[in-house]
Amino acid sequence: MTATATAPAMTARAVEVSDLDLYYGAFQAVAGVSMTIEPNKVTALIGSSGCGKSTFLRSLNRMHELTPGARVDGTVKVDGQDIYEDGIDPVAVRRHVGMVFQAPNPFPTMSIYDNVAAGLKLNSRKMKRTDLDDVVERSLRGAHLWDEVKDRLGKPGMGLSGGQQQRLCIARATAVQPEVLLMDEPASALDPIATLAIEDLVRELKASYTIVIVTHNMQQASRASDNTAFFNLEESGKPGRLVEIDTTEKIFSNPREKATEDYVSGRFG
Amino acid sequence: MSAVTDITGIGHPGGSRRLGDRVFQGLATGAGVLILVVLAGVAGFLLIEAWPAITANAADIPGGEGLVKYIWPLAFGTLVAATIAIIFAVPMAVAVALFISHFAPRRIANVLSYVIDLLAAIPSIIYGLWGIAVLGPASTGVLNWLEGNLGFLPFFEGPASSTGRTMLVAGLVLGVMILPIITAVTRSVFTQTPRRLQEGALALGATRWEMIRMTVLPFGRSAIISGSMLGLGRALGETMAVAILLSVSGGVTFNLIGSGNPSTIAAHIALDFPESSGLDVNALIAAGLVLFAVTLVINMAARAIINREVRY
Amino acid sequence: MSAPTSRESQPTGAQGDGNGAAPERAPLTGRRFEPSQPPAPPARAMAPFARRVERRRHVTDRGVAVIVTGAFLLALAPLISLLYTVVSKGMARFDAEFFSVSMRGIISEGGGAYHAILGTLIITGLATLAAVPVGVMCAIYLQEYGTGRLKRAITFFVDVMTGIPSIVAGLFAFAAFALFLGPGIRLGVMGSVALSVLMIPIVVRSTEEMLRIVPQALREASYALGVPKWKTITKVVLPTALAGIVTGVMLSVARIIGETAPLLITTGVFSSVNVDPFDGRMQNLAVFAFNEYKSPGVPPEPSFERAWAAALTLILIVMALNVIARLVYRRYGTELR
Repeated sequence: MTATATAPAMTARAVEVSDLDLYYGAFQAVAGVSMTIEPNKVTALIGSSGCGKSTFLRSLNRMHELTPGARVDGTVKVDGQDIYEDGIDPVAVRRHVGMVFQAPNPFPTMSIYDNVAAGLKLNSRKMKRTDLDDVVERSLRGAHLWDEVKDRLGKPGMGLSGGQQQRLCIARATAVQPEVLLMDEPASALDPIATLAIEDLVRELKASYTIVIVTHNMQQASRASDNTAFFNLEESGKPGRLVEIDTTEKIFSNPREKATEDYVSGRFG
Repeated sequence: MSAVTDITGIGHPGGSRRLGDRVFQGLATGAGVLILVVLAGVAGFLLIEAWPAITANAADIPGGEGLVKYIWPLAFGTLVAATIAIIFAVPMAVAVALFISHFAPRRIANVLSYVIDLLAAIPSIIYGLWGIAVLGPASTGVLNWLEGNLGFLPFFEGPASSTGRTMLVAGLVLGVMILPIITAVTRSVFTQTPRRLQEGALALGATRWEMIRMTVLPFGRSAIISGSMLGLGRALGETMAVAILLSVSGGVTFNLIGSGNPSTIAAHIALDFPESSGLDVNALIAAGLVLFAVTLVINMAARAIINREVRY
Repeated sequence: MSAPTSRESQPTGAQGDGNGAAPERAPLTGRRFEPSQPPAPPARAMAPFARRVERRRHVTDRGVAVIVTGAFLLALAPLISLLYTVVSKGMARFDAEFFSVSMRGIISEGGGAYHAILGTLIITGLATLAAVPVGVMCAIYLQEYGTGRLKRAITFFVDVMTGIPSIVAGLFAFAAFALFLGPGIRLGVMGSVALSVLMIPIVVRSTEEMLRIVPQALREASYALGVPKWKTITKVVLPTALAGIVTGVMLSVARIIGETAPLLITTGVFSSVNVDPFDGRMQNLAVFAFNEYKSPGVPPEPSFERAWAAALTLILIVMALNVIARLVYRRYGTELR
């Protein structure tokens, strides 16, 4: 099979969140969130810092519970299956819901090739070397990184620029073909040119994945996303809530809630 | 008015005007230089006192065959004991460090590492007493089993000692003694593995062990190496545990479970020194010089590795 | 089984119309709305989430947890066994006589470690007296004055010095005194010299750490008042770091108080009380324990018992020093945290 830029038949899935409450010990960080995240769309989560959008994002791939004392109430359904149901292994969930982090985090002791293949190698089913090569190439192409690194796949991942490292992390996350891709401020550590490259990439990726992206940059949200969800804190010490979710165009031009309008027009946050 | 701005001498090393500052700084610098002098002195004095043995006739050295033949079995014994200690201690230390950093409940992790540090506080003589009184006799069953089942290997060809005062047991005791330092060095690095690396691995769908294998262990690799080298240095120089425990009868042998074992340099010096005189003393000091040189090299290499990684 | 159908069956808010225009106002939670374009046709239903990751990976993960926990318990075993042995065997002679009588003239029964305890205190005390000023001043140099190659060299070699085998330190002390006083000499103070060589690097390291923790702002406040640097160090920095420095000193004392090898070589074996470190041999607890076990009288049991009692005393002293040191830091070092 020759490597192509598009994935073989594979579908993005919808994510349905119902009455989600997130706690750190006794402190409630997020309260009563219910929303639908549409497949093959980019949904941006915006809001001022501390309002719980990253916490919420991390609950979608069961990373929130890694913090000692963290607790989840409510349901999150990916393609109709509740990922928090009793007996579901969080490790299995994370294969279907991938994540790209704010600061690029390629594994420093691995080569570029090994970084992309890292998730695949965890499978007990050994892949043939040629199949692995195909997947690596496809993922790197999909992340717009192939041409820049194809001659140095064996070199360490740390030798790349920040923007390249982040694209490498995106390639690594997509190599395992998750249904949903979560991105936590993926461009905030990058320079403006690299940021635009990432945004272009995100728009392309939605053809194959459901994407949820947290951003504190409203221009980025309006450029890169189809739907936008606005989170807000009533006052500090209270949990963050979902105020409004709608198409991006609507949120930024004619939102329903006053708080949303205040935020997007820069009156606070 | 530079005299006013200069009043404390900050930023002008050696340029302070006040007497008190000059004297104090001189004292402090002198103390620092004293360290170097002492180290040089150790090497120097040892060399001076070892010199008569180095230049003496072969026949005058204990054993009658010259200094090299005198020191070699001791060096051999030192290496064997230290090797056994390392083989036992390094995997154990990595496992214990992992346990404390990633597996134990968070609230008691501090207590647990303190408990392991207790192992380091116990004086070595007490380890020796424990070894000869408890571990040795308790190990005779194992020694016999080794002779019976693995006796074709030169390490276990026996006959198995009935007191347990063997190289294998001595190596084990040494291993227990160096375990805490290797554990401490590796544990502190394991806990410093960047969160974003660990989360990156988990987000790919790795189990906890897979995450450790992908991120924590590679990150801590140089700590494991340098910690092991520090432990090795400690094992090479360890005296009393071996001195009490080991049943010595001189020769170079690979047999780990018998009662005829070579001694180690350090133990031999400790045991023979009080009763020695004349050239024998010089020969012992020469052996000590060899030990000093070897541990110096190993410690310098270990520190160099640690320092290099701190920058990363 | 197209996707919109399955979603329509789910019970949340209002429906929108086909082109994604906003429906009538819905409650503040997120509500469903129709996609603006049809989604890609599903190629296959998504496999249900595994209840567990594939068996082999899960078994490995659990297996590692077991191994690692087992290793920890295994590492505890010698500690427990050792402490139990020392306590149980040491209690036999843990009596008043043991602490008040020396071994002068004793062949088998009776006798005690009085001379060894005194010797331990004297030898260790002298070593501390020598090592602490040198160590603290060296740390002051490294932290407050040191620059460039000299500082790097001293730092490096202090680290290296922590690895000197104790017997080598003993040989050094022996060689140094032998050079000037002849090779037959055995003096209490030689042991102190050997022990101070072992103590100094530990004191330097821990003092340096404590000085580093003192905030720079404190020093600058002092300078701003016109206080010279040396007074700043002695009157501001050192007192602030004092608790930590004392802790470090106590821990270094705990480390060397049980040293045997260098003392075997320098102070030798001696049965009577001798409180003059500059005159003849002296005994310390660790050497006493060693000697009693290695060269017991006839019958050997009383010697063994004395050795274990000495070992028990030694462990108690070491543990006490460790505990007190940490308590001191906790109680008095709080202003730094």
